[in-house]
Amino acid sequence: MNLRLDFGVVWERWPLFVDGAWMTLQLAVLATLFGFALGALCAVGRRSGPPWLAGLCGAYVEAIRNTPLLVQIFLVYFGLASLGFSLSAFTVAALALTINVGAYTTEIMRAGFDSIPRGQLEAGECLGLSQRQVYWHVLLLPAMERVYPALTSQFVLLMLASSVTSQISAEELTAVANYIQSDTYRAFESYITVAVFYLALSFVMRLGFWGLGLLLFPRRRRLGTPL
Amino acid sequence: MIATQLGASHLQFLLQGALWTVVLSAIALVGGGLLGFLVALCRVSASRAVRIASGVYVQVVQGTPLLVIMFLVFFGLPPLGINVSPLTAASASLILYVSAYMGEIWRGCIESVPKPQWEAAECLAMSRTQRMFYVVLPQAVRIATPPTVGFLVQIVKNTSLASVVGFVELARAGQIINNSLFEPFLVYLIIALLYFAMCYPLSRWSRRLERRTGYARRQQVVTP
Repeated sequence: MNLRLDFGVVWERWPLFVDGAWMTLQLAVLATLFGFALGALCAVGRRSGPPWLAGLCGAYVEAIRNTPLLVQIFLVYFGLASLGFSLSAFTVAALALTINVGAYTTEIMRAGFDSIPRGQLEAGECLGLSQRQVYWHVLLLPAMERVYPALTSQFVLLMLASSVTSQISAEELTAVANYIQSDTYRAFESYITVAVFYLALSFVMRLGFWGLGLLLFPRRRRLGTPL
Repeated sequence: MIATQLGASHLQFLLQGALWTVVLSAIALVGGGLLGFLVALCRVSASRAVRIASGVYVQVVQGTPLLVIMFLVFFGLPPLGINVSPLTAASASLILYVSAYMGEIWRGCIESVPKPQWEAAECLAMSRTQRMFYVVLPQAVRIATPPTVGFLVQIVKNTSLASVVGFVELARAGQIINNSLFEPFLVYLIIALLYFAMCYPLSRWSRRLERRTGYARRQQVVTP
């Protein structure tokens, strides 16, 4: 057996890795922001929309949660192409990831809504809050606070899942590793390096979300524990 | 022969791919389940070193995309002198991946068995192993059933990534058919429907179990 590792030729190409990591991060942040907005809206639609809207949101969640991301990406990619849109791989990747994470966010937010006791809503009404105020201050924000850990884990998983977009030639980390290994014939070293990059990225994202949590939810900061 | 129309033979090929998806899922479930059980036991072990080591294992596997693990096993090992077939590579990667997630799920279940149960077993002079196997695990299994069935959906979906190493399961079968038909949207729609047909019953089953056991709405993070 010839066990000789040579990381040198792989690490020589570090600017490519950095570019790939940057694109992965961009994809993750874009999909997180838009996916969260989409998911929160769908969760609201599912809870208090008219029956057809609630049904639509439910169907969206079930359809996405029960099919693989790879197939979803291909569907978006070829579906848009057959409709005559020619978008860059990056746009398609961001779109597909947004659609995907939106469904998971919907489900998580719904669990958050369900965890708010009815008494809280009634108390809000008794205090003379308007319907909208109750929705925002009593339902949405506390629910978000409760499911924040689940949401952040989901967003980190989304970052890892963005590796699948290399299949439609979005130039993110995994695609970079594929390129470098075909260039240097150092497959093991390339993929190990990229795995370390992903580990570092997920660590950075967790740290970022932890800080953001302290910033967004002062109550959590004061109590020192999650609700 | 130039195939231009989606025919019965194509559907048959897809169904054959779906069968391999099921087989791969079964391998991942059994292998990953066994290894995951070990991981879960290590995570609640009495020894600090074992707890930390298994924790690092889980963090590393959960912090790396399954796709990269697949590439690492399939393309990374042959240059080092270890030859792997697509099936071996896909199975090995899925087993690694499943063991880390299942291990964490089951650790949560073991830890959610009330503490007095441990203490009571200790008062009955049971050894640590006896406490675990006669008292805690039987209760943990009941708590673990719904999230485990829910995770089955993730396993089935993630087998689609085996297509990147050339293993002909459902997604790969679709790619092959698409190469001859050039109707990507239609083909991938059918594939999506087939995956849905496999996963949706599992989702429903998991939800029903969840309601029945009364561990309502345990927030469980799932991979896309």
